[in-house]
Amino acid sequence: MHAVCCIKQVPDTTEVKINRKTGTLERKGVPSIINPYDVHGVEEAVRLKEKYGGTVTLLSMGPPQARDALKKAMTFGADRAILLSSRVFAGSDTLATSYILAEALEKIDAEERIDLIFCGKQAIDGDTAQVGPGIATRTGVSQLTYVMEIEAVDFTKGEIIVQRKLHGARERVRARLPALLTVVKEINELRRASLPNMIKAARSEIEVWDEKDLDGEVERMGLKGSPTAVTKIFPPAPRDRGEIIAREGDDPEEAAARLVELLVVEKVIADI
Amino acid sequence: MLVRRLRRAYRRAAVRGYKPPAAAESYRGVWVLVEQTAGEGAPVSWELMGVGTKLASELGVPLEAVVLGDGVEHLAGEAIAYGAKKVYLVDDPVLATYRTYPYTRATVDLVRKYRPEILLMGATTFGRDLSGAVATELETGLTADCTRLEVDPETRLLKQTRPAFGGNVMATIICKKHRPQMATVRPRVMEMPKKDGSRSGEVVREDLFLAEDEIGTWVLETIEEKGKAVYLDKAEVIVAGGKGLGDAANFELLKELADVLGGTLGASRAAVDAGWISAEHQVGQTGITVRPKVYFAIGISGAVQHLVGMQTSDVIVAINNDPKAPIFKVATYGIIGDLFEIVPALTREFKAKLSSPRAGAKGGRPWTKSLMLR
Ligand SMILES: Cc1cc2nc3c(=O)[nH]c(=O)nc-3n(C[C@H](O)[C@H](O)[C@H](O)COP(=O)(O)OP(=O)(O)OC[C@H]3O[C@@H](n4cnc5c(N)ncnc54)[C@H](O)[C@@H]3O)c2cc1C
Repeated sequence: MHAVCCIKQVPDTTEVKINRKTGTLERKGVPSIINPYDVHGVEEAVRLKEKYGGTVTLLSMGPPQARDALKKAMTFGADRAILLSSRVFAGSDTLATSYILAEALEKIDAEERIDLIFCGKQAIDGDTAQVGPGIATRTGVSQLTYVMEIEAVDFTKGEIIVQRKLHGARERVRARLPALLTVVKEINELRRASLPNMIKAARSEIEVWDEKDLDGEVERMGLKGSPTAVTKIFPPAPRDRGEIIAREGDDPEEAAARLVELLVVEKVIADI
Repeated sequence: MLVRRLRRAYRRAAVRGYKPPAAAESYRGVWVLVEQTAGEGAPVSWELMGVGTKLASELGVPLEAVVLGDGVEHLAGEAIAYGAKKVYLVDDPVLATYRTYPYTRATVDLVRKYRPEILLMGATTFGRDLSGAVATELETGLTADCTRLEVDPETRLLKQTRPAFGGNVMATIICKKHRPQMATVRPRVMEMPKKDGSRSGEVVREDLFLAEDEIGTWVLETIEEKGKAVYLDKAEVIVAGGKGLGDAANFELLKELADVLGGTLGASRAAVDAGWISAEHQVGQTGITVRPKVYFAIGISGAVQHLVGMQTSDVIVAINNDPKAPIFKVATYGIIGDLFEIVPALTREFKAKLSSPRAGAKGGRPWTKSLMLR
């Protein structure tokens, strides 16, 4: 089995600064973590490796600091980590990102056939959930989003059965391998890193690839390859400040009666 | 190579040697893709018809809808009743249950043939799964979770505004050269338009030339989790609790209030993380976006990530003992005080009104019924 996990380094907080000119994120000085959903993808891949044997490769695109995220993710027991880093990749929107990642996956696949690709259901900084489907579409593998359980995998037959988390339902799907799974947190409980894996991770080399390592066209990467552009960034419009109808020390019964009254007057709740 | 192993011919075009298709100017019209489950249209699709109608009239083009499924002709009629002038209908057994590939194929083929300049979908599990695939196949831009959509009448560009970085800022995004301009919108963000059965429109049927064995995914079963499901996005009244409740058991207080009002329980992430209530109840950036008639925020501070999920509620009631809590900045009515005193008093007060003979005579849950009237 060969699983590739796509991980993204994201700011640990949403209190981040934005470059008003380019509309891109200023990452300087903001602590970073691995996107919390992606970690569950790594965990799941390592579990499969423990059961079936094989390789887990980590793949991330980002600035040189994203190396830290890969090192951290290696402690789960992955075998190889590749960082896609280049000025050419900077400013990529989701379309360009999935293009670059798909090109890297093609190269990895040529070296060792890929069975499964894992992504988190979305990244907490952008919340778009677009890169997973983008990669699946470009590579032509089966797309399985919001996976909450892998029921069975048959690598000889080339099939997987998963449960997808839908709104108010779960869906059982069988799909051909290779497949791309975007996972939700419910899929597993994260392990604590074992000492041997921590040592292995500390000693691991992170391979760094840039556009010259890939086959793809540079016009389709980075800002140039991104059809969308941010034209304006502004603070959210404040909602009209309402009315404080009771303060500390006021009688709670009276406060409650007044609120009920107001809701009725406003016809929010129709007259009784 | 990965791409050679599956659906080769169709995919390769999208991966290598891509040339932008026709010039942007040759794309005209506003489309809404109608989401359906077992033949029932998703409310978010009808909400999109409202904003779609506005965009289309500003651009001087008709609003059109896409209906995909198996035995879903009736939805074409419904789309017309919600304002579509034309409906592209692909009715095919391979579209019986949603699967990414056949739905992508059907959508992409329609777009390539008819060239709309704007394509809108709901930001649901379905819409997020499909839109990412469609935009990639078409090599065009896609903006997720828009809260505002406007067009620039001069450039005809769609200005797509969405919260970014956890709602700390709003970003307006455009897609200059590529078409269609694609956007998703979360349920309950846009106003539901009026349905009018007397409207007329044209239905255009299209075929999907796709054999079952080309698809490679099979839906084995869909297990409803009715009892467990929380339909926060459909709730008219939400009673939400946060860290201020202090304990799982105290959600009982909120439940009593919610029961009197026929409301649904919501929660902040802090309450969910504490294990007091399940994640289905979480409102906010990483939870659900809601737009009820009344939202009670009880013991919730009002962090920006929470606010982005509920600030379009018609009326917000905040109950918090900290006068500086940011929730008061968005609250229609604020009560500064101890929730453990206020909430039981509120429940009593509402109950007292409800036990009046007229309300009682209506039976059932008069509150929810009357709330619907507005
Ligand atoms: C990437 C990211 C995504 C996030 N997504 C979400 C999300 O989707 N939804 C979400 O809610 N949060 C989200 N958060 C978390 C968010 O930042 C806040 O931490 C969270 O909303 C706080 O929850 P709270 O208001 O319940 O708790 P607190 O901020 O601790 O507030 C508790 C409030 O209760 C009040 N209180 C205490 N005792 C009483 C009493 N007896 N009577 C009355 N009032 C009392 C206090 O004054 C205080 O205002 C996210 C954070 C990040 C970084």
